[in-house]
Amino acid sequence: MSALPRECPKSEITLTVNGKRVTVHAFAMDRLLDVLRTDLDLTGTKEGCGEGECGSCSVLLDGVLVNSCLIPILQAQGTSIVTIEGLSADRRALALQQAFLDCGGAQCGICTPGMILAACYLLHKTPRPTAEEISEGLSGNLCRCTGYLQIIEAVEEAARRGVST
Amino acid sequence: MRAHPANYELIAPGDYRAVLSLLANEPGMWLPIAGGTDLMVQYAAGKLPRRKLVSIWNLPELRRIEIFPSEIQIGAGCTYTELRTHDMVNREFTLLSRAAGWTGGIANQNRGTIGGNIVNASPAADSLPALLVYDAELILASARGERRVPYVSFHLDYRKTQLAPDELVRSVCLPRRFSGYYAHARKVGARKAQAIAKVCLAALGRLGHGTVEDIRLAMGSVAPVPLRLVETEGSLKGKRINAALVRFASQTAAREIRPIDDIRSTARYRARVAGNLVAEFLEALGAGGTRE
Repeated sequence: MSALPRECPKSEITLTVNGKRVTVHAFAMDRLLDVLRTDLDLTGTKEGCGEGECGSCSVLLDGVLVNSCLIPILQAQGTSIVTIEGLSADRRALALQQAFLDCGGAQCGICTPGMILAACYLLHKTPRPTAEEISEGLSGNLCRCTGYLQIIEAVEEAARRGVST
Repeated sequence: MRAHPANYELIAPGDYRAVLSLLANEPGMWLPIAGGTDLMVQYAAGKLPRRKLVSIWNLPELRRIEIFPSEIQIGAGCTYTELRTHDMVNREFTLLSRAAGWTGGIANQNRGTIGGNIVNASPAADSLPALLVYDAELILASARGERRVPYVSFHLDYRKTQLAPDELVRSVCLPRRFSGYYAHARKVGARKAQAIAKVCLAALGRLGHGTVEDIRLAMGSVAPVPLRLVETEGSLKGKRINAALVRFASQTAAREIRPIDDIRSTARYRARVAGNLVAEFLEALGAGGTRE
């Protein structure tokens, strides 16, 4: 192990979050997840496992679904992040939200923001997914309440309602 | 215990040459980090082996897929998503694109890289058996220059590789001579996604005049390194596939692997499954399996 005699300093890191340019004062190895929740007060992004297994910290980074617990903030410099809060005006996300409500796709709620982000990402790429494609698209998001069926139904329902265009 | 970010240095030179000079100037001090799907997990657990990290995410030199008449060169920084959606990888190296598709979930496939999988050197890695059966070679780069090594000799022991402290894996080269083979892949795990394999198999086979002309078998999670089943392959070449041969090969495979008991499975279960997977593949091949 290499010795590191002193603490590394924080630096200014600029990125776009939900369409707004922000600069945070952070350690390079701060996790994107912590910067979102603590520095930017965007607590819709949840921490589940903290090791990329559960998907509850899912966000879009330059339009790509990622686990924010695995991104050092330095790697997010200059990127554009969309969190669940940033989807509040998105037509597709609103329709997904309604379908989740209608189908009982949300219970305790911890996985829900990640599920919605993953579902948005899926519908963006595959507007009319099969049940199998939905399972695969959401396979990185764990839910301990619903047993998944209601969630898959909710995404099918949202796709049927034609929110993917 | 969780790591504190103040105790770690991370820089992102954003330039391939600059990364190589950094590794050359302080060999062994810097840990390259790409998509972070392995290293950030170790970091969170306070188990990163080094305190200084250099980001190699998105370096264009590591992100290309180049197609030549005799081989394809895949940049080590290509993600699983890129591998599973690349036309030619899908067509000619289906075992690799399929393994990429069952690694982690979508978010991890968007960040995890083939080079990271290789260097992380887990014997359970999904994509590594495919590299073995395709006779992959690696281009290792450093400020001293580049060298090309057969992938089969890259892993020395459990999590030990040939990579020198100042080197990066630049590309994975796959020879384009397997498109006529029957390709077969299987992962046995607790669930399809987000689960590390108990046993996984990548297999290629070609029959000619009713006998096995060529056969290539590699498994994950059954030894300290991803393992090519050389002895089992040898017992099959030139033979006609029948029930007795399938039974014999399946026993040879179960004996050839070196599995252990761990949190995911037992050595006994793994040996049994390994034999069954070989049998399943041979039966499909013998039944005139065309490419899947």
